[in-house]
Amino acid sequence: MADDYKGYKDEALAVLMKYEAMVWCDVVVSTAQTNFIGIILPRSETSDHLHIVLKLRSGYNVGILADKVTDIKIEGRKEAIYKIPEKEFPYDPVKPNVKLLGTGGTIASRLDYRTGAVIPAFTPGELYGSVPELADICNLDTEKLYGVFSENMGPEQWKGTALAIGKAIESGVAGIVVGHGTDTMHHTAAILSFMVQNSPVPIVMVGSQRSSDRPSSDAALNLMYSVKTAAESDIAEVLVCMFGPTSDEYGLLHRGTRVRKMHSSYRSTFRTIGDIPVAMVSRKEITPLRQDYKRRRSDKNVIINTAFEEKVGIVYYYPNMKPDVIDSLIDNGYRGIVIAGTGLGHVNKPLYPALQRAKEKNIAVYMTVQTLWGYVQMYVYDTGRDMMELGVVPTANMLPEVAYVKLGWALGQTDDMEEVKRIMLTPINGEITEREPSNGYLIYQGGIPEVEEFISKHRK
Amino acid sequence: MNDFVFKPFDEMTDDDYQQVGFMSGLEIHQQLLTEKKLFCRCPAGMYNQKFDAEILRHMRPTLSELGEYDGTALMEFKTKKDIIYHINRDTVCTYEMDDTPPFEINEQALDIALEIALLYQSATTDEIHIARKQYLDGSIPTGFQRTAIVSIGGKIPYKDRMIDIIQLSIEEDSCREVSDVGHRRVYIADRLGMPLLETVTAPDMKTPVEVAEVGKILSNIVKSTGKVRTGAGAAREDVNVSVTGGTRIEIKGVPSLKRIPLLTYNEAMRQWNLLRLREELKKREITTEIFRSKSDHVTRLLRKTTYTPIAAALQEEKVVGSVILRGFKGLLNWQTQTETYFSKEISDRVRVVACLTTLPNIIHSDSTSETISIAEWQKVKKAIGATDKDTVVIVWGNSMDVDTAMKEIAIRAKEATLGVPSETRQALKDGTTGFERILPGPERMYPDTDLPPKRIPDERIAKIKSQLPEYYWERVKWYKKLGVPQDCIEPLAISKLALLFKKAVKEFGVNPKLVAVVLIQLPKRLKKMQVEFESIEENVFEGLLRAYKEGLVAKEGILPALYDAVKYGVFDLDNLPPPIEDKDIKGFVENSLTEIRVKTLRDEDNFEAVYKGIVMNKVRGRIDGTVVSKAVIKYVKEIK
Repeated sequence: MADDYKGYKDEALAVLMKYEAMVWCDVVVSTAQTNFIGIILPRSETSDHLHIVLKLRSGYNVGILADKVTDIKIEGRKEAIYKIPEKEFPYDPVKPNVKLLGTGGTIASRLDYRTGAVIPAFTPGELYGSVPELADICNLDTEKLYGVFSENMGPEQWKGTALAIGKAIESGVAGIVVGHGTDTMHHTAAILSFMVQNSPVPIVMVGSQRSSDRPSSDAALNLMYSVKTAAESDIAEVLVCMFGPTSDEYGLLHRGTRVRKMHSSYRSTFRTIGDIPVAMVSRKEITPLRQDYKRRRSDKNVIINTAFEEKVGIVYYYPNMKPDVIDSLIDNGYRGIVIAGTGLGHVNKPLYPALQRAKEKNIAVYMTVQTLWGYVQMYVYDTGRDMMELGVVPTANMLPEVAYVKLGWALGQTDDMEEVKRIMLTPINGEITEREPSNGYLIYQGGIPEVEEFISKHRK
Repeated sequence: MNDFVFKPFDEMTDDDYQQVGFMSGLEIHQQLLTEKKLFCRCPAGMYNQKFDAEILRHMRPTLSELGEYDGTALMEFKTKKDIIYHINRDTVCTYEMDDTPPFEINEQALDIALEIALLYQSATTDEIHIARKQYLDGSIPTGFQRTAIVSIGGKIPYKDRMIDIIQLSIEEDSCREVSDVGHRRVYIADRLGMPLLETVTAPDMKTPVEVAEVGKILSNIVKSTGKVRTGAGAAREDVNVSVTGGTRIEIKGVPSLKRIPLLTYNEAMRQWNLLRLREELKKREITTEIFRSKSDHVTRLLRKTTYTPIAAALQEEKVVGSVILRGFKGLLNWQTQTETYFSKEISDRVRVVACLTTLPNIIHSDSTSETISIAEWQKVKKAIGATDKDTVVIVWGNSMDVDTAMKEIAIRAKEATLGVPSETRQALKDGTTGFERILPGPERMYPDTDLPPKRIPDERIAKIKSQLPEYYWERVKWYKKLGVPQDCIEPLAISKLALLFKKAVKEFGVNPKLVAVVLIQLPKRLKKMQVEFESIEENVFEGLLRAYKEGLVAKEGILPALYDAVKYGVFDLDNLPPPIEDKDIKGFVENSLTEIRVKTLRDEDNFEAVYKGIVMNKVRGRIDGTVVSKAVIKYVKEIK
């Protein structure tokens, strides 16, 4: 019954019920002015209760004010079955086997009438139906772990994903692709870099910036790039595979610990920070940009360590921050705090007593930089030295989000602050680098003649 | 069907069109005059050839809301085109590049759309739902056009009847195509995202001329609001045409109303002749079920040909394919349009779908012109097993394209057994139509999940209603009554200056004839004087008319003031030359006497004329020339 008038409330519901015009009915709706001919669509739950939505013969939707309706004649019914044509993914014994783990995101999606938004969905058959090119690369097996938007990914899902990766490696796949929403893809990439170590095969995270329900989506290409990387590349690391430029040209493979989403909507939003990406990937080939990556192996000796302490937070410092921000974390039982400090890693003096308290309570406090690029350097100014006295540990050039997940992971393993410090400062896969290459920081400034000349010669 | 045969265009009568059941409707796309684009804040109406950056994209079909794929979408996907966008920073932001979600709809554009809807007596929508209409040709980087129904129904008067309006929608304009060669299509993105209003009429027009006339009325109505863009490309028509037994065919992007009659004539003829072709096939016992074709590669057989297009292709290591159309002998020469034959239908498909864009792209055995040698034809026919009753089509190009082409040739030939395939067609310069793409259906509509529905409250409609301009045909009646010069009547009635005209006549009390001359004729006269300008600001006109009424400028001073305004960009009401009253002219005449006296005239008969010239130079733009003339004549008489 509830579904008969899906999403309609109050006035609109009353009118529909009066004429027994249920969702998916093919109707003629009359108002004093005109007749509307079409199919009654479900109403999105966030929309108001005043209008009835009709899909007209032309394919357009319109909302009709329920109050104005003078009659509804029912002529038939046509329910939408929104289904990607499912075709069995072909198996080729010569091709490598790739496992695709789904956590959510818009890499594969369908329309949700309840919210009017797109919801993620996929099976190998659906993926083959929409991106048949995948079958040229590998045999694909999929497993839906979660169906959540990126912002709802957390420790529970990280652990589950790490364990699923471990199982897939155990089963002998050539590579693993993890479908993920893009907003927190870099958090998950970082924690997977710590939870899954010594992987013998590539672990490639992928998403899309334009959902796959759009003709211009980057989803299909990103999928092809990531599946190719998982199947064929010899880079046995946790990678993020997303568009290099905004054009359909190539993808970049970013190291999971050095990557960050840098634009709210661009396709080319993911960037390696303070270093260069591991490789480029096109439909034809994978081109390494460096040689210091971990190579593919034929063993299955992966180490899975899913320890995680949830009571860790990031504090983004701002001028005039009051110590109560830190105090509230202490009072709420937090065991670890990552500060994204200004410049080389600074906060103001009024915070010192709070930091002192944290130290006394055996709370791990680590410093990163909100400039994202560059190292924490707490010796240059007195402020920095003062803070180190207060137990704040600089984390070199670890990104704030990476430091946050790593601190959770470290505190999940031990209470010993020295051991935590050892774990934090011992790089596992590039989260701290010894040196920053000069091309590790390149934010070109538009408007400058030489930059404009460059842009005009290369596709954006 | 009856055995009517199309006559040349000039000889067709209304009865002839009735015989074939000619029906036509219009979809008029009109750019709205807004400062900014529809879903982002880029300036609207700025065009540039120069570009700063290039983007490459591909398009993939997606499912519609009802879970279906659209035919056009699948066709475009078959073409595997690289789509290149040229973008200029001044006119394109990350929204048009499809790298930023849409901003809220431009309210100014929506108001204009609602105003026009009300003029058509169309029922405005209570809640606007923005849809995505798929366009996989790449003309929009997102792969879809954001569009929404503004109103449903409506009507306009035409002759002694009413033409029904089906709907009005507001949508974003697409990119301009720069080139489309092989697998590469280039667009420039400046126009992309400008607000457009699409008006769809019912297929109520019964002859080609009626279509153009109704188009003119629709165009005049929107122009009369003064809130739409004018000039090249600002309004584009899609024309739907069908005949009895035919299919609704859309001729896309007709740039001018004048071209509609010939185009719709040719399209009606094409459909009629395709239906006749179907009859002929039936006679030959070829139906959809029985249709047979056969594709082969014949590259080796033609290796030594001297036919240039194929020889050149073979030099580039391309391949040649052949398709036998069983029982089709002679039918590729079946006339479809004026000097156009069924082979063109096939060639068009090969060009668009297989991307073999260099013409000729096919040859066929029905052809009488010279292609490959008779011996070669015979060799090919024998090798592939063609009989005397068959037609053979040959196509050449890259191996993948030739495979697509061979399939497409068979598909199009088979469609001849069905009649008129659903498709959209291009308007060609010679007045015929050419295949553009498969006609898209409602399957290509998809709700826009980036923007919520938007309520249009009754108060908003009431406010717009209270400020609606009068219909231009009512203005025409009034102007006639006022004695406005004939050549000014229609241009003024559909001009945005119509409101100023009304104000000048009713509020300022200026002579209507003069106002019309100032608003319509003087700008034309300036153009003849080789002054380059796009338009004159309304406030310049208003200031001048007001100044004239207040006696601050003479009638004769208006043109020079306009000249200065457009030529030098100077317009200062306080510095207009003060008019001279009739009674004061005598002083100017008397004062000029010494000047004429010192001149040696070759012919004393010219005395008066030269005298007038001297005076005129001093008073030009400040008084009527005839007054000067009379005063000089009178004074000369006095002093003689």
